[in-house]
Amino acid sequence: MKYIASIGLEVHVQLKTDSKMFCSCRTSFGDKPNANICPVCLGYPGTMPTMNEKAICYTVMTGLMTGSSISNYSKFDRKSYFYPDMPKNYQISQYDMPLCVGGSVEIESDAGARSVALCRIHLEEDVAKNLHFANHSGVDFNRAGTPLMEVVTEPDMVSPDEALAFLLALKQILQYVGASDCNLEEGNLRCDVNCSVRPEGTETLGTKSEIKNLNTFKGVHDALAYEIVRQVEALQNGERIVQDTRRWDVDAGATFQMRSKEAAHDYRYFPEPDLMPVVLLQEQIDTWKKGLPELPGARRKRFVAQYGLPEYDARVLAGDREVADLFEQAASFNTDYKSVSNWIMTELLRHLSETGKTVASLPLTPKALADLVALVGGGKVTSTSAKEILGELMAHGGDPATIMQARGLVQVNDSDELSMFVNEAVADNPKSVEDYRKGKKAAIQFLVGQVMKQSRGKANPQIVAQLVRERIDAH
Amino acid sequence: MMDVAGEKNIDVAYVAHLARLRLSEEETAVFQKQLEGIVGYVNKVREIDTTGVEPTAHGRSVQNVFREDMAREGLTTEEVLRNAPAQRDGLFVVPKIVE
Ligand SMILES: [Zn+2]
Repeated sequence: MKYIASIGLEVHVQLKTDSKMFCSCRTSFGDKPNANICPVCLGYPGTMPTMNEKAICYTVMTGLMTGSSISNYSKFDRKSYFYPDMPKNYQISQYDMPLCVGGSVEIESDAGARSVALCRIHLEEDVAKNLHFANHSGVDFNRAGTPLMEVVTEPDMVSPDEALAFLLALKQILQYVGASDCNLEEGNLRCDVNCSVRPEGTETLGTKSEIKNLNTFKGVHDALAYEIVRQVEALQNGERIVQDTRRWDVDAGATFQMRSKEAAHDYRYFPEPDLMPVVLLQEQIDTWKKGLPELPGARRKRFVAQYGLPEYDARVLAGDREVADLFEQAASFNTDYKSVSNWIMTELLRHLSETGKTVASLPLTPKALADLVALVGGGKVTSTSAKEILGELMAHGGDPATIMQARGLVQVNDSDELSMFVNEAVADNPKSVEDYRKGKKAAIQFLVGQVMKQSRGKANPQIVAQLVRERIDAH
Repeated sequence: MMDVAGEKNIDVAYVAHLARLRLSEEETAVFQKQLEGIVGYVNKVREIDTTGVEPTAHGRSVQNVFREDMAREGLTTEEVLRNAPAQRDGLFVVPKIVE
């Protein structure tokens, strides 16, 4: 029998605010333990929380990007439970009136493009971090109170690949909004996933299990791949799936049942009496809407229509807001859009992935990139030399023409100057010359390569190829 | 005290478990009686006709009390740990957490 999986995600997103959700403590990562805390985030009796407006704004902006309906009236509630990471013994969250309801995220996987339905997006406070020692545990409250936006999907995905595609699409949206750094190493995105399987052809969802606290995209993918197989095998063996909470063990490559925190999950939600409701007038929502950036999908389509870029280029460029901005700014100085795109997609993106840097952190300006592409297009510099110049621009910035002159990288187009290298290459490589004469046209590439090497990449390859041909044909 | 439907208004043993309170049988019985009385009394508000009245979580119609996103210094780690029963490397030490 074939089985269909149903996967839902709860993604916890740390928002990029300077201060915490309900107090003014810093939200920085990596500080000494218990350095950014105050009576409010420690839950001292008598302290009062106050809402961080930026966090509300980011949540609403994200909701607008996903086409969610923004609640005109929403409120915060207390979720009660006992755990050392929560000093108040309740977490301030949103229960029945979240900031955003519904919506969807467009995803693309090998199975094609489709949209994943969202259930809600709400705002809450992050909890403290526990560290474990041999006989006791330690608690660091720096993270406690960091604004945490929770994006909850419907059980709408059918494969680990789709879940991964959802996370990538969501990350793209969050980075476009600027709502989060989405730095997984720092725990900016953490997922709980739920998963069930049912026989093909049936409608009712199977009994689900929940896998808690996955903090890498690969973890989500691998845990789901394992869990689906586990559930299908259990059903095939005639077992019954028990609803449970599990954790993913990377080393074992398996999910394990967790000890349940609470026999019955009775969180006794009730309205947070210390916080007033959030009432969003259409006017306020419209103002935020106007400041909303173009969605990656829309931008991709516009790149094809406006700049005549191939679909592939448009997708790569629009995928990252900073990269897309760089392209558009460079394109305003150089109308050879395809060449600008090529340089970004090959050299620049490779540099970013090798160094782990972002576009914003590079001293390269859009104008410099556009000028460099123009130098190549105008035959002033070879692409080999241009790569060297781009390396310098990305490392230290500057003006491409100046760097070209200073390093003596001006392309040699002069036939007389090049003839010397050509004669040398032909004399030194009789075998290639012979091959070429016998009709092996590719042999000429080797000879051109020798000339390029001798000229330290400065020779104009088209002129060299022509000179080599003339030289051989003449003898 | 039972409400109209004959159901208990409150299950003290359950609430005590959720609140991590260890009550003796006698205490449970005493609190059951007392809290039944309190909940029963508060239940009187249910007799009010609230047709057409919007539910609200607050008695005052104040809304959107926001704070600007500005970070400020909080307490020093020394101040914060002064009340900790046990500490280690700047951390609050608690009994071992088993997940
Ligand atoms: Zn604080």
